[in-house]
Amino acid sequence: MAGNKGSQAAESHGGGGLDPLHQFEIHPILDIQIGGLDISFTNSSLWMVIAAIVSFSLIRFGAGPGSLVPSRWQLIAESLYTTIADMVRDNVGNDGKKYFPFIFTLFMFLLFGNVLGMIPGSFTFTSHIAVTFALAASIFVVITAIGLVKHGAKFFSLFFPHGAPIATAPILIPIELISYLSRPVSLSVRLFANMMVGHTLLKVIASFAIMLGVVGGIAPLVLLVGITALEFLVAILQAYVFTILTCIYLHDALHLH
Amino acid sequence: MVNDDRLQDLGQRVKAARTRRVLQTQGGGSGRGRAANGMAVGLRIVIEMVAGLAVGVGGGLFLDSYFETAPFLLIVGFILGSGAAFANVIRTARDLDARAARERAAREIAEDDKG
Repeated sequence: MAGNKGSQAAESHGGGGLDPLHQFEIHPILDIQIGGLDISFTNSSLWMVIAAIVSFSLIRFGAGPGSLVPSRWQLIAESLYTTIADMVRDNVGNDGKKYFPFIFTLFMFLLFGNVLGMIPGSFTFTSHIAVTFALAASIFVVITAIGLVKHGAKFFSLFFPHGAPIATAPILIPIELISYLSRPVSLSVRLFANMMVGHTLLKVIASFAIMLGVVGGIAPLVLLVGITALEFLVAILQAYVFTILTCIYLHDALHLH
Repeated sequence: MVNDDRLQDLGQRVKAARTRRVLQTQGGGSGRGRAANGMAVGLRIVIEMVAGLAVGVGGGLFLDSYFETAPFLLIVGFILGSGAAFANVIRTARDLDARAARERAAREIAEDDKG
């Protein structure tokens, strides 16, 4: 009994357990029930809080003094800032400046969510469709609202391609509408699928290394090192892609093509 | 005099670097990581396609259960969803094409600089 418990603990902390999906389990740390609604503080929420704290401290204390010759932390914070500032300027345009704080917060949250998830034994909250879809859906609603407020009824011209004959409207408008509604789906599925697939693959190959023993396990171990590097790339790239697509959707809503 | 030449040369190099940068960043970053990775491109197109179809079919099913017209709206939703899927794929492919063309242009300018 005690041995069984010990091996279970090793599985969850070693990162190389034989159940590759074990890492995605959500378990409550602090049980909170309000009116039959389960809003427990889970390991997922814990890592979201950690991601928020880390990104906040990096910007607040990293770029803190703002010296002319930057320290290493300040350099990191400033290059992240410039990357997103450039992204907003290039993809949204100059009137996108006022949305920069939102875009930057989103990017930092996703970046640290993905990157902190690479720590063995941690939890990757972006590998859950519930999290990514909630993010994508709220972004979608906000961007649609921005477009509606800015353009009024003219916003709906987004659903009719410029220059198409009027007779094709009954088919084109529903298709464009569905295409527009599929944006949050593709946005969230892309992030979630990439993170989940990568992490599952890591665990599957790690369990090969364990099962094949000391001699046979070397080949999967070498592969594992390579895939871990690739996973870091994917973690950063997917945060970037999510943010850039948000910028592109915002551009569409502001400028209507 | 020598100083003047060097300054002019530097000015030209800075100018060239700026154009390169503008070309690279137009429409989103250097995008090099994405264009180089065939799997990422494939996954992106598949997800766009499935998302369009899923919204069409899901919307059809939902409206069917709301208006109790099963299965007609499901069929309509499926057809329109397929259309949306193709629209998404074409849009994504165009975007990737435009990105690749910009990168090519940026590379050519970079090579001109060297030559």
